[in-house]
Amino acid sequence: MDIHEYQAKSLLAEFGVPIPIGGLAYSPEQATYRATEIGGGAWVVKAQVHTGGRGKAGGIRMCSSEREVWEAADDLLGSRIVTDQTGDRGRGVFRLYIEQTVDIDREIYLGFVLDRSTERIMLVASAAGGMEIEEIMDKSPESLIRVVIEPAVGLQAFQAREVAFALGIDSGVVAEASNLLVACYRAFRELDATMIEINPLVITDAGRMLALDAKMTFDDNALFKHQKVSELRDKSQEDPREMRANDRGLSYVGLDGDIGCIINGAGLAMATMDMIKHSGGKPANFLDIGGGASPERVAKAFNLVRSDESVRAILVNIFAGINRCDWVAEGVVKAMHELDLQMPVVVRLSGTNVEEGRRILTESDVPVIIADTLAEAAEKVVDAVNKEDAA
Amino acid sequence: MSIVVDESTRVLVQGFTGRIGSFHAEEMIEYGTDIVGGVTPGRGGSTHLDRPVFDTVKDAVEATGAQASIVFVPPPFAADALMEAADAGLRTAVCVTDGIPAQDMMTVKRYMRRYKAERRMHLIGPNCAGVISPGKALLGIMPGHIYLQGEVGIIGRSGTLGYEAASQLKAAGIGVSTSVGIGGDPINGSSFKDHMAAFEQDPDTKVVVMIGEIGGPQEAEAAAFAKEHMYKPVIGYIAGLTAPKGRTMGHAGAVVSTVGESAAEKVEILKGCGVTIVERPSEFGEVVGRVLNRAA
Repeated sequence: MDIHEYQAKSLLAEFGVPIPIGGLAYSPEQATYRATEIGGGAWVVKAQVHTGGRGKAGGIRMCSSEREVWEAADDLLGSRIVTDQTGDRGRGVFRLYIEQTVDIDREIYLGFVLDRSTERIMLVASAAGGMEIEEIMDKSPESLIRVVIEPAVGLQAFQAREVAFALGIDSGVVAEASNLLVACYRAFRELDATMIEINPLVITDAGRMLALDAKMTFDDNALFKHQKVSELRDKSQEDPREMRANDRGLSYVGLDGDIGCIINGAGLAMATMDMIKHSGGKPANFLDIGGGASPERVAKAFNLVRSDESVRAILVNIFAGINRCDWVAEGVVKAMHELDLQMPVVVRLSGTNVEEGRRILTESDVPVIIADTLAEAAEKVVDAVNKEDAA
Repeated sequence: MSIVVDESTRVLVQGFTGRIGSFHAEEMIEYGTDIVGGVTPGRGGSTHLDRPVFDTVKDAVEATGAQASIVFVPPPFAADALMEAADAGLRTAVCVTDGIPAQDMMTVKRYMRRYKAERRMHLIGPNCAGVISPGKALLGIMPGHIYLQGEVGIIGRSGTLGYEAASQLKAAGIGVSTSVGIGGDPINGSSFKDHMAAFEQDPDTKVVVMIGEIGGPQEAEAAAFAKEHMYKPVIGYIAGLTAPKGRTMGHAGAVVSTVGESAAEKVEILKGCGVTIVERPSEFGEVVGRVLNRAA
């Protein structure tokens, strides 16, 4: 789960990470009020959206008068920020974070990730801050400092100091930097984060360290332990269809093709989508209805897939392991009766009681196209879409 | 022979008396697995499915001489159950549970390293379908009837995609020595590489099939291992050609977050290590058959 910048900053501040003074606003009036509260003569108005690269997309505005703050807020609220991470629809802006500006001496990149090859938390830092991590990896990979942290004892002060010195931080600020790194690590560990990114972490002209931006991602599987973190979920930042699916125990990812997919198991779902691609088609979604694939889940899945207007044919591929094909077939027939689908549906069943499942489909009055193998299923659904094109 | 389990392995079920644990325990008993008892804290002293229930894994191991366990404990308590199994001296634990926090798994793996290699537990999963040595024993949740006994070792992340592959092999008359599901989580107990090393030593296994997917470094590590240390042919498939970067595809671990983790990149890495690629997931039977003929 992702959270907003202002939420991440507030969580990190509780662990002792220094952040600039700022305030949240839902309206232009509130934004100017926040600016007055913060004081000074210059502010940053930042769109709160779940994506990186919002600066380039116009989501961050520098303002030097209250009038400018009002105008920036008026312009941003209700707009959509489109970046290469969001897809064409972008993310809606409904909250703004107003911050005091700071005079920056240096920008540093700081990240913590769950590293899959060492199976440890890894600290990643670079003196080339301000750029996206991908850009740093591309342009100055030699600047990257990586420290793997032993889970039994956590990030040690000496490791944090080594990072600070390697970044070329003035010795007067090293202790502060080292505390900041340990604070981030504690937040990562105690809140079950999977990623923390502070980019940039700055050293001000006055020689203070500040987290100027902050991103945190949390392990969905661990949210049950952290009520406070779960409450930070902002559904306005999620794709409505994915949200509906995930709230109903289905795993859905929307894509840009026209063949709707209903499959049990994540690996088989990906493989079926690969097969559609090999046959010349484009999947409209990833959808894993779970290994069990009960008839109720099949029905929910039909509802979900057809709510995507670009879907022109549906491929159902179920491998019945724990359950039985006849049971799944009954679910398919029932769902199609109830929904009155006006598009081709290809069904491929395999596993336990496959003959009985096929018989139920053949003898039913719903117009399903039956396929025996994975290859045949993909070919038939791609053909069905092509026929629609020709018609 | 086979790897991980056979008909002589004495098996415990952790989370024995729950609905899911009971269902699969019955299926495993039916298949011929030697289920010697189970553990449900607070239910010790009772019997379930005609087998004794114990409060702790230690008690169960002492009373039954169990060597392996299969874990159906819910996610909040699963890491604890795995550490209990490791401490009780079990050789193998298969964890079926889906949804264990990644940092809990980090702790489990660190904990397992407390023990010397000779008595350290081998963990398979979590979030996996388990292990089957066809005709001998089932330590998992897969449907036994789709596997034919034979000479192909399978290691995969996904349950149902593994079933797809096994049934394609069965249709082609090809059998399996052991099939191991390593699970779809970002941090798992054992990797492709660990089981490849075991299959290389197993006289019953002639070729090894690795069914991988996007995300993580384990497929590439296994391919490098195969190139350096294996005589037996390795066949590989990577699912997720159409997966967009940064999106999690069902499995918590199936997400492309860095260079080398996409399906196309992994396929290139595998090819570079001499792994025979199954280009289309409909061609497991055909490709494995071809490689087996060549190996014979």
